[in-house]
Amino acid sequence: MSSAFAQLTLSRIREFIREPEALFWVYGFPLLMATALGIAFRNQPVEQMRVDVVKTRADAPPADAGPLAALARESRFVVTEGTDTAARQRLRGGKTDVVVVVVRGAAELTTAEGSAVATDPPVAGGGAVATDPPVAEGGAVAEGAAVAKGGARYAYLYDFTRKESLLARNAVEDALQRAAGRRDAFMAEDRNFDEPGGRYIDFLVPGLLGMSLMGGGLWGVGYVIVDMRIRKLLKRFLATPMPRSHFLAAILASRLLFLLPEVLVLLAFARFAFGVQSQGGLVGVLVFILLGALAFAGIGLLVASRARTLESVSGLMNLVMLPMWVLSGIFFSSDRFPTAVQPWIKLLPLTMAIDGLRGVMIEGLAAWSQPRELIGLAIWASVSFALALRLFRWN
Amino acid sequence: MSDAIRVRDLRKTYPASPPVEAVRGIDLHVERGECFGLLGPNGAGKTTTIEILEGLLDATSGDVEILGLRWDRDGDAIRQRIGISLQETRLSEKLTLRETLRLFRSFYRQGRDPDQLIAQLSLGDKADARVGKLSGGQKQRLAVACALVGDPELLFLDEPTTGLDPRSRRELWSVIQQFRDSRRTVLLTTHYLDEAERLCDRVAIVDRGRVIACDTPRALIASLGGEHVIEFQASDRLATGGAGRRPTLDAMLALPSVTGARDDGERLALSVAEPHVAIPALLARLADLGFQLAGLTTRHASLEDVFIKVAGHALSDAEPSVRE
Repeated sequence: MSSAFAQLTLSRIREFIREPEALFWVYGFPLLMATALGIAFRNQPVEQMRVDVVKTRADAPPADAGPLAALARESRFVVTEGTDTAARQRLRGGKTDVVVVVVRGAAELTTAEGSAVATDPPVAGGGAVATDPPVAEGGAVAEGAAVAKGGARYAYLYDFTRKESLLARNAVEDALQRAAGRRDAFMAEDRNFDEPGGRYIDFLVPGLLGMSLMGGGLWGVGYVIVDMRIRKLLKRFLATPMPRSHFLAAILASRLLFLLPEVLVLLAFARFAFGVQSQGGLVGVLVFILLGALAFAGIGLLVASRARTLESVSGLMNLVMLPMWVLSGIFFSSDRFPTAVQPWIKLLPLTMAIDGLRGVMIEGLAAWSQPRELIGLAIWASVSFALALRLFRWN
Repeated sequence: MSDAIRVRDLRKTYPASPPVEAVRGIDLHVERGECFGLLGPNGAGKTTTIEILEGLLDATSGDVEILGLRWDRDGDAIRQRIGISLQETRLSEKLTLRETLRLFRSFYRQGRDPDQLIAQLSLGDKADARVGKLSGGQKQRLAVACALVGDPELLFLDEPTTGLDPRSRRELWSVIQQFRDSRRTVLLTTHYLDEAERLCDRVAIVDRGRVIACDTPRALIASLGGEHVIEFQASDRLATGGAGRRPTLDAMLALPSVTGARDDGERLALSVAEPHVAIPALLARLADLGFQLAGLTTRHASLEDVFIKVAGHALSDAEPSVRE
């Protein structure tokens, strides 16, 4: 007969793989998440700016003539022509970034242009830039005017506080000025930074790994134990000579076994779908995954050590997980939180796991060159286990 | 050889306000090879008692010896030698019957072959079925199989047949009898009189945390003074309806061969040694007193009659005073 440990582990594995819903949540969910986020942040190779053109006068020149034609030529702009009302509505709905209002008629534009080209030396474009950025006239949407000699030709209507709008406004201004004859003082070259490790998906994958370590550890250990307690199975086991250490070791071993495919699937998916590669060695990744898994299994055990109902254990687990979901930097860097709380955030096990994984995967560090995270996770794991064993209630 | 179970002045008080005295001084002594029953209503303290004996609960005070060993010193040794079935355990539904038994078998140093046990409990055709698909009776048999798989010397069963249909109950009884017939010991709790009468060599009647009678079922019944019970309804105004006057208990006790009388509310019940002597006398007496007889039945006395006599109330209408 095989040992109690082997049989208990085998039972856990059987129970797990015979539960299709659990399989989906554990393995399918992180993949869906990675896909969704990966697509959301990947398929915008070069951001296009949406520009609406509004003509306030009947004698305005057609959009394909004069400086406005430059906007239509450049692929980074998506130009829509429409009425003032329609444009404002699109602006409100976030469907356009900036509205170019053509303030003058064709004749005035031609003469003004002529004079601008004739009289303005290229360097003197500065006159137009003087009022830039325009001072807000109250309200979120204000009208900035591109002033040239003889008053404004165009007005830019946009939300001063929206980054996309500001970018679009400056790009439009640039394009119009150049089309109208401004000469740049020098040439500069744009280079795209798209190296592996620098994209959002590279930042996200370690975060998702950490998240699934946490969820898996707490649910996979905490929930399972409370469920067994409710079913009086723990009590039934207690009445047998089953070594209790075998029971806990089996819960832990099965948890680590389930983790393996979970982590591998996510890493392989990130690799093949998005080209995410670890800059550091795989050993470092595995070290942090293992330590993280142990720490969260320990916390799961601690949470479950006394709870008598599924409701109470679910509540406790959410209480434990929620702050870490928010604070530990799964989706964005935890550095964004105020400096005062940073030391506390750094103490959270999820922060340690994610920081450690990012250190290896993005910065190419070795596990032992991050002793803070390494030792911190080891302490979380051992303290939570020790405490859980003291508090654990079998019946 | 030591006794299977020896209990002296066992008490268990649950802290509460006021404290709940679930067990209030129980003495038991179960010999090897016997099937011993704790019979009592829900809330009598049976489950508390059996769980203390199983090592699952600590007693407030008292002395417990299991197979000559004590829980505080030899817990592991006792666990190797006993098998238990709790009142309610939900085994993992995703595991098959065979897998469940193998799991439990792995906890014991020595034990029985799970497949052989499955065959013995006539669960062979269900061996590879998931526990979730079993009927209530099959689940209960599996629970007992889990108790037997360590080849125990002493088997504890808490309400083994509660909620089962008659056929499942009989199947389980035969399993328990087979175990007892191999000269090993069983301690079971039940609130079914027929179960106690049929299975148990000796029965302790438990009520409100105390043992109020303890003997073989036959001796307990004999203590009533008569092995037969006559139950009847009589009234002086039966024809016109209404409650009317009823014969007094004293008048009934004066009849020949009647050793006890009680009023069940609707009917009168007499404990009788020889019905063929008592019945003619009863009929004559009722006629003399001007009573009309509405119905009369005779039956063998049961443990229910014993329970009512010693506890002062029926088994089914005990107030559930203690959590079970």
